[in-house]
Formats: sequence, C-alpha cells, structure tokens
Amino acid sequence: MVPSDLRYTKDHEWVRVEGETATIGVTDFAAGQLGDVVFVDLPVVGRSVDQFATFGVVESVKAVSDLYAPVSGEVVDVNGNLATKPELVNSDPFGEGWMIRVEIGDAAQLGELLDAAAYEKLTAEA
Amino acid sequence: MTKPLTEPVTEPATAAGPPAATSVAAEGPAEQLHQTALIDVHRALGARLIEFGGWLMPVQYTGILDEHRAVRERAGLFDLSHMGELYVEGEDAGDALAAALVSDPRTLAVGRAQYSMICATDGGVIDDLIVYRLGPERFLVVANAGNATIVSDELASRLGGWRAVLDDRSLATSLVAIQGPRAAEVLGPLTDLDLSALRYYAIAEGQVAGIPALVARTGYTGEDGFELFVDWARGAEIWTALASAGEGAGVIACGLGARDTLRLEAGMPLYGNELDRETNPFDAGLGRVVKLDKPGDFVGRDALARIANEGPDKRLVGLVVTGRGIARHGYPVDAGERRTGVVTSGTQSPTLAKPIAMAYVAPDDGEPGTILAVEVREQPVSAEVVPLPFYKRSTT
Repeated sequence: MVPSDLRYTKDHEWVRVEGETATIGVTDFAAGQLGDVVFVDLPVVGRSVDQFATFGVVESVKAVSDLYAPVSGEVVDVNGNLATKPELVNSDPFGEGWMIRVEIGDAAQLGELLDAAAYEKLTAEA
Repeated sequence: MTKPLTEPVTEPATAAGPPAATSVAAEGPAEQLHQTALIDVHRALGARLIEFGGWLMPVQYTGILDEHRAVRERAGLFDLSHMGELYVEGEDAGDALAAALVSDPRTLAVGRAQYSMICATDGGVIDDLIVYRLGPERFLVVANAGNATIVSDELASRLGGWRAVLDDRSLATSLVAIQGPRAAEVLGPLTDLDLSALRYYAIAEGQVAGIPALVARTGYTGEDGFELFVDWARGAEIWTALASAGEGAGVIACGLGARDTLRLEAGMPLYGNELDRETNPFDAGLGRVVKLDKPGDFVGRDALARIANEGPDKRLVGLVVTGRGIARHGYPVDAGERRTGVVTSGTQSPTLAKPIAMAYVAPDDGEPGTILAVEVREQPVSAEVVPLPFYKRSTT
C-alpha cells in the first residue's frame, strides 16, 4: 500500500503537494529494487528542475539510477540528512527519506502524474 | 528512476539494481539460462535472481550490505555451481598443464592449489583459474562461469599430443562455499576431515554431512573459508546441512552482489572487469603468476617474456575516492588535464565506509599517494592511489 495522498511518476518518484510546495522522493518499490542506498546526489537550493527531467542520482551498492522530477519548479529545500544517512531512502522512503522540495511552477503538471491506485497497478505489473 | 546509468552487463557480478535487470527472474530469458541444483533453495529464500555468465544466479537475499557484513564478521554461504570444473588426468597431466597455462602446476604438491591463468599467444588473458593437484597425475582446474566453455575447448585443444584427457564436469558438479571467520567452526563438526590440517590453498577429499566432497580452503572474499565440490544432485543437501549447522553462528545466504564487494575490498581481480583478452598478467600486477623460467614452452611465453622485459603499458591500482561520488566500472580517470585510464570496478566499501575502486592507469601515475580524478557524470572527483588490497583480515 502506498500513501493515497501522494502523486507518482512511472519512474517511481512520489510528490506530496502542500500549497505551493511539492516534496519529492522515491517510492518503497524503487527503494526495494535499488537495494541498499549508499549515495544520493541532489541539486542545490535555487536550482530549477524540469518535469520528467533528471534532477539527481541515487546509488545503491551495485547500481546507479537517475531521479526524475515529477513537477517543474525551483528547489527550495534539500534533505541534507541523506548526505550522511542515505539509508533513510530504504528505511523510510515516504518520510525521512524525502529528497527535495520545490516551489511548484505550474500546478497543471500535477494532472500528468499517477494517483495511488494507478501507481499500485503499475508496480503490481512490474 | 528505472534507467540505470551503468549498464549491469558491464559489471557482470554486480547486476543488481534496476527493475529491468531483475525481471529475468520470473520468466522470459530464464529458459535459456542454466540453473544450479540449488535454484529452488534460492527461490524459497526470496533471492533476487539475475543472469550471470549464462546462469540464473542469486545476486542478493536479505541485502548486499547485510550479506557482506555477515562474511566479514561471521560467515556466509554461497552457491558457486556456475563455475567450471575441468579435470585433467593422465601420465602427462602436469606437463600438459604447464604448457597450456602460465603457471607451473608440476610444482604443486598433491593436495595443494595455485592461482593461474590461461593466456592467448599474444599474452592476453583468456581466463584466470585455480588449479588443484588431486593426485600425481590428476588436476582440477576451476574456471569462471562465463569462460567455462571457452576454457574447456581451449584446454582440450592444448592437451592434444599429450597423454592427458580433459573431463569437463561443470554441469555435473555443485559448488557451495562457506566463507568467513566462523566457517571452520561450522564446517568442522560436519566433516571427517581435520580442518586444522587443511591449510590455505589446500584441498582434501572427505565427507561433509555424509556427502562425498572435495573440500578446498580457498575463496574469493578475503576471509578464511572453504569451497565444497560435490555431485550436482547433492548440492541442495550440502547447502541445507551447512545452513542448519551455521544458524547459531549467524551464517546467512550470500549472493553474487556481496561476493563482488568482498572480492573488491580484498583487491582480487574479476574477469571481465580487471582481466580480459586485451589485458596481460603483468598489466594486472600478477606477473608473479607467470613462470617464464619453467621447463618447456607454454602458450603466450614469447609475448609475456617481452612484456616482462619492456614493462606493461598500464598499471592496475587501488583508488580511494576522497571527493563526493562513487567511482564505477567504465568511468574515466584523469591525471590533471590528461586522461590516464579507466575504472574497472568500484563501489561504496561496506567495510571501510568510503568509495573504493580499481582502475588501470598509465604506469607513471600509479604510485600510492598520487592524487588523480575520477570523472563521475562529467565532473572530476578527487581520488588517491592506495596500495591493494583495501582490506586484509587480521590473522590471530
């Protein structure tokens, strides 16, 4: 079960919208597939990210994967804890393992994301 | 998130990770892959299965970090049945192998083993091997899974003219390893062999849990441990016996992912990463394996003698990444503005808790203490050349 109040990408990122701000991370499914996360590379505050373009990289012991932004916007906060505790992505992907917060540029983009039911259907087929 | 930047196929032992790489487990290409006798055991343990060297193999069970730590602190169980087991027997077996390989198996006492390589005439490495002497005229050559058929064919051809025959028992053998500081205490009560008399790089024939086995004190993890060769059909049985005996000692199942991080910390080469046909033993810092002075000719001698004389044109080094990033297979390595080489293997070291790598660099850039840069996604990240291995177990 994934949180029902979030929106999702087909690439396994989630976004939590609170007013003008979107908090972004990766799902428990993604974390499980990656295995033990040992490194997360994130943009600095002030940088812009574009919807469905890469905004960073997450690395497990074995694999390197791109992170894709669910929405466009300016980065207003970065989870600094991940620099020293990247394992939070595995232990609490929807909570302490969040990655960045952006100020949403175009709220209409949220319509292009999956809801929880659609995302669960996607991972069930994977 | 699904798109891997490093293709799993470039780092054979390591293809964990992205969903696309793991879906072979369920269906599709699985039919064309060999499966070990332990496949049902792996599935029951919830292993993530991947293609490796033509085999469907477990890459991880509980997680690579857990499994890695288990081997360093306690012990881990590995299914290595994908490896190739080639028996060479006959009056000329020693001479024939000495002519086929770069080492000299004739110098082995019965019951001892040596690291070796089979090279092409140009000195390029066809595979790296362990050669065990089982009797005066009987040897066991263990080849990497992905090269087993090539080595078997090449060795059979090189034995031509000698009174020696090759028996490829790769598909008739299960190979299970127990590796780690507590391996001996777990295996000891199960076997009639006196393990205290079985030295590192020795092999003996005995019984393990009532199963006839060749027990070798060899491994690929940097820890003490044993590799057990048994009949194909007894693979699951011996695994289960070891798993039960090891439960109290904290022994867990370990996959190829942990095997790769363990061997990398131990500075051991992986064929396809540090070794290939374009690489010779001297490049890899393994010139000591090549016995240029042994009696008789051997395949690759002229080329290897020339390389030994002139010096290799690249050098395998250890790197500790001091900047922010993880060096991976294929990433370029620079010395200042100049490209000096390429990373062959790299990961976050679970034991040292920092990124480590092996890389080929120009010989002059390979002195420990040299500061180089690894290009991580087009950004130079600082790395220092360090002596190999990264990790050496304390022998008490």
